[in-house]
Amino acid sequence: MDLLLGAVVLGVLLGCFYAAVSVGLSVSFGLLDVPHVAHPAFLVLASYGVFQLNESYDIDPLLAGLVITPLFFLFGLLAYRVYYETFERRGSDAGVRGIAFFFGIAFIIEVLIIMQFGVDQRSVTATYIGKSWRFGEFRIPIRQLVAFAVALGLTVLLAVYLSKTFMGRAIRAVAQDEEALRLMGANPVRIKQFAFGIATAVLGIAGALLIIVAPVEPTLDRAYIGRTFCVVVMAGLGSISGTLIAAIILGVAESIVLTMFGASWAPAISFAMLLAVLAVRPQGLLGR
Amino acid sequence: MKHRHSIVFWAGVAIFLAAVLSMTQIVRNEYPFFAGYVILQFIALAVAWSILGGYAGYVNFGTNAFFGVGVYTAVALFKATGAPLVVQIAAAAAVGLALGFGVGLLTLRMRGIFFSIATIALAIIIETCVMNWRFVGGAAGIQIQRPPVMAPFDSYVKMLFFVQAVLVVIAVSTARYIQNSRIGRGLQALRDDELAAECTGVPTLKLKLVACMISGALISAAGAPAAMYLQYADPSSAFNLSYSVSALAMALIGGTAHWIGPVLGAILLGSTQQLLAVTISSEVNVLVLGIMLVLFVVGAPKGIIGLLRPRYRLRAGGKP
Repeated sequence: MDLLLGAVVLGVLLGCFYAAVSVGLSVSFGLLDVPHVAHPAFLVLASYGVFQLNESYDIDPLLAGLVITPLFFLFGLLAYRVYYETFERRGSDAGVRGIAFFFGIAFIIEVLIIMQFGVDQRSVTATYIGKSWRFGEFRIPIRQLVAFAVALGLTVLLAVYLSKTFMGRAIRAVAQDEEALRLMGANPVRIKQFAFGIATAVLGIAGALLIIVAPVEPTLDRAYIGRTFCVVVMAGLGSISGTLIAAIILGVAESIVLTMFGASWAPAISFAMLLAVLAVRPQGLLGR
Repeated sequence: MKHRHSIVFWAGVAIFLAAVLSMTQIVRNEYPFFAGYVILQFIALAVAWSILGGYAGYVNFGTNAFFGVGVYTAVALFKATGAPLVVQIAAAAAVGLALGFGVGLLTLRMRGIFFSIATIALAIIIETCVMNWRFVGGAAGIQIQRPPVMAPFDSYVKMLFFVQAVLVVIAVSTARYIQNSRIGRGLQALRDDELAAECTGVPTLKLKLVACMISGALISAAGAPAAMYLQYADPSSAFNLSYSVSALAMALIGGTAHWIGPVLGAILLGSTQQLLAVTISSEVNVLVLGIMLVLFVVGAPKGIIGLLRPRYRLRAGGKP
């Protein structure tokens, strides 16, 4: 019983972390409809950026995440521009070629990381990494608690931004009816580009969390394709509050399966849940 | 006109197989066969992928699932009964056909990226199951002892090279047949506009299922000899995602409007990779794959055949 309770607690912590790595995809795929399969690859790239800063200048990983966030914002602006010019503006089977395009990008990022950093696992150092708190039977690593707190803050912040600020509302409006926005004199492409920049910028912090939670390796993005898309689809496309709930469900499910059946089944859980959601309720938990 | 095309095609096939066979008898150095086997395998994969991915426009990322299932059907059968290679390939094709039916039923109602993601999901789930399957070695993999080599060939690699050439011929002639048949025209109709195709009486789901089954059977069959080639099989290489990306990249780079496209793409990219693997490294291989994929998707949406024959470009321009 204690074991199960421990698994659930760790699962909730893990779930909030999953929300932070998925929330950007919830904007780019959920709201903007960009088939962004390279999202996890950008995430791992951010982790390596954090690793580099931590290694050479001994900066705290979270601070390093903040440092690379503006870079990722610009990177996102650029990526959307390329995507828009080559696919959305031309309009011919954008879906099919868009997926292939982002898959190609993901592969290129993977290889560049391997060529720069090698295939070994990399981790960061910080005062809160390696220690843990004991609660009777089970221990909670402090790195998990830090990741949980920051992830929760990040997700809530983005949700507030999208629902309360002018720009946030514009982003949601462009997702709902681009044409109406154009008629009102706004430039939908500029708004979408900005939104994609935000969605990518969030990955700076999320990448820091990724390498705080566990060591990273260049092909880690493949496991996160399942997790991030599972969360975004289960949430109902574009729903930020749904993202948090769906991510916690995934985290708890993974944590319980890990405790009960062992690590060898872990990679399949997110994908199995994703398939189940697609087959049974494709509009997601909080879907429109 | 069509009849004459057929004669040219089958004459080409006969010349190709004769060339392959005589090459195995004349060339003594074994290296060309190791490299050639991989290129032939990629031709079979790219052509098989394009039957669903190209003709119907459903981007299947589960090529590695079908390939791995082919590998492990062969391994399991060989370990259990010591069945000969031909039986292994036939069994792999049958399992691939069944898997294609199951995958199709579950996922072909999904559109666009949801279908693609679902096929990645299936691949990972199947890989995880194989990893937990003790009989075929689990995650650690399994060593394969090759049986003695058969008559006209003096080494196992040469034999596998010939076998894979036959599989290429089967894949290409199947793709060619489908392209010119009612199935192919139906698939192209639903690719251009699924709703309109459905409304004009094209049985879209049935056609997609057929395409998925045939494509799956061909991919699994192409994977069956892989364990014999490597004398070893393990889940993470048999289900490697790079099979999916390679098949897709080769088909898209060559062009998917005609069966010759994937063949050209696979020959171009496959031989480039073989050269690079020898001269530089396997990382550069993947880099080249990624860069070529992105460049072609952005710059030449209809692939090499689109560049060669402007007709395909015109056809693409009219699409909404």
